[in-house]
Amino acid sequence: MKELNTDKLRIAIADQEIVRGLTLRVPRGEVHALMGPNGSGKSTLAKVLAGHPDYQVTGGKITMDGEDLLELEPDERARRGLFMAFQYPSEIPGVTIANFLRAALQSRLPEGEELEATDYYAKLYEKMELLGMDRSFTSRAVNEGFSGGEKKRTEILQLAMLEPKYAVLDETDSGLDIDALKTVAHGVNSLRGPNLGILLITHYQRLLNYIVPDHVHVMVAGRIVRSGRKELALELEERGYDWARDGAVEPAFR
Amino acid sequence: MSLVAHEELKQDAPILSGPAESRDFPDCFRDQQRAAWRQFEILPKPTRKDQAWRFANVGLLDLTPFKFGGALRDDERTAILEQSRGLEDVAGRMIFAGDQLIERDVISDQLKKRGVIFQSLERAMVEHSDLFRRHFMSQPAILGSAKFAALHQALVSSGTFLYVPRGVEVELPIEIFHWLNGENASVFPHLLLVTDELAKVTVIEHFRSVDRCLPGFACGVNDLIAGPGAKVTYVCAQNWGENVVALQMNSTTVDHDASAMSLNLHLGSRYSRFESLSRLMGEGGRSDLLAVSIAKAQQEFDARTLQDHISPHTASDLLYKNALDNRARSIFGGLIRVEPHAHFADAYQKVRNLLLSDDAEANSMPGLEILADNVRCTHGATSGQINEDELFYLRTRGIPVPAAQRLVVAGFLNEVIQRLDHPTIADHLRQTIEDKFANK
Repeated sequence: MKELNTDKLRIAIADQEIVRGLTLRVPRGEVHALMGPNGSGKSTLAKVLAGHPDYQVTGGKITMDGEDLLELEPDERARRGLFMAFQYPSEIPGVTIANFLRAALQSRLPEGEELEATDYYAKLYEKMELLGMDRSFTSRAVNEGFSGGEKKRTEILQLAMLEPKYAVLDETDSGLDIDALKTVAHGVNSLRGPNLGILLITHYQRLLNYIVPDHVHVMVAGRIVRSGRKELALELEERGYDWARDGAVEPAFR
Repeated sequence: MSLVAHEELKQDAPILSGPAESRDFPDCFRDQQRAAWRQFEILPKPTRKDQAWRFANVGLLDLTPFKFGGALRDDERTAILEQSRGLEDVAGRMIFAGDQLIERDVISDQLKKRGVIFQSLERAMVEHSDLFRRHFMSQPAILGSAKFAALHQALVSSGTFLYVPRGVEVELPIEIFHWLNGENASVFPHLLLVTDELAKVTVIEHFRSVDRCLPGFACGVNDLIAGPGAKVTYVCAQNWGENVVALQMNSTTVDHDASAMSLNLHLGSRYSRFESLSRLMGEGGRSDLLAVSIAKAQQEFDARTLQDHISPHTASDLLYKNALDNRARSIFGGLIRVEPHAHFADAYQKVRNLLLSDDAEANSMPGLEILADNVRCTHGATSGQINEDELFYLRTRGIPVPAAQRLVVAGFLNEVIQRLDHPTIADHLRQTIEDKFANK
């Protein structure tokens, strides 16, 4: 099955359980929004999908196209086709965007094979144009001194360059004004297609006006409490998370 | 290209037997050498009790094994020339092996006509004796190595003299190679760079060993003199073999409205001592002192600096970065001194150590001595490890741990290299750094 699948996943940090039996399937070609209030465990889920070492998976499974992700190191997961757009991406002082992306693409090639420079730059400039980024950006150090909008655009640029099978976008709308939000949404929408599954993690409904999801899931206290079509996001916006929690039936989804 | 050959009667003699009497130098120069040798013999050996040698592994400074270089065989010479690859386009080039000038790409006739002098030291002392005498070894060795400066003066037998007259800009860099060749060989590299008013020049020196495993000794001096309004850029790529003991003494003298920038890349040697004295003599002068070190295994890099503000409205900015792996050590002892009346000085000093192993060690001794009012001055030294968040971020892009670490280190050092306003040289330095990573 071509899907990113978490099955009865339980995650703890420092003995405190944050995700408590989460089951979620994102098939390739679909966009799923995961909404939830602060502290619901959304970002923890994102970090664990990416393989962050600080979190402990205490139960359940994560698979990508049937392969056990929990057995893989963060860089192996990425090379197999998982991408994570961070809410707060790290600054890498002194490393230019061009060198950083080149290293990332190089890591996907077999040993001894060199990335073709002309093709690389042609593709880089094409994707930057799509995101309204100036070419001079390539010589700036990764995220260093970037505005919120520049950081998020850089994350989406990486998504466009690395062409993953699944992308997790963690609070990609945070820190964006309306112009930046539209640019980022345009970039994501242009990447949608049968070969990419997207898990869109967000606190607010507003992003979903610009990146319209196929499915919406509501997460509260470490579990999915509701799932539905895109209209669920609007209903949630109107009624609030308390409504979602109170109306929940266990087990939450599927 | 021209060939310069020397009569070498002291081949393979220990350096501690003193200067050769047979060399074909002017009498006054030989007198200076003898006097310098007496100085060398009188001055005490450094000990760790001297503040200027604190933390230094002075036990490595035993000079008894080291010898004057032997004559080069033809095949050695060919091999060295083959390996003397640096920049593609240069205004002039000299290649020394064992202190013998083995090849010289002369400067263009146009530059010659405009009065630029690019000569070996021994020719300059004869053909431009006034200029030579005025500037040769004219700066005091006050950062601890007076004994080694005396040794250098006693034993120096060749080197580079570069003079750029008033208003002349040399657009392409001048490139110099110094090679150590043979077991326990020694070299005494010398560069004397004099620029007149509103002149501009860039020089890059490469220090390398033919056999990277053999022990050897290098004791060099470079004196950079920036005339009024001149702009001098000096880059040194030090990559001696891993068992070499090296001392390098730099002085930079900055006249009014002049600017000097030096970048020293330290990659090679077992122990490398680098002393840098920046003297801001005239109003509006500026000196940028940059250094990058990558130390592995048991390498020890020992840097001592003085930013001496003598005139008002002068600026100096020091940025040193060290990446230390395994059991490597770094030492930094740096002083900013603002002399009385040198008001409105801007003086900065920043040292950053990146520790890549638990056994690596960084020692920093920043210092200030401010005798004027109205001065802007900051200094600081920090040590840290690779940030785990940065590493994780790179890994989530598919980059494996070793490559991610290399990228972070290269980025850390790149912050220094990108200060250099010279993309070709900056690229060359980045490549040299990458090669050091690739070799081990």
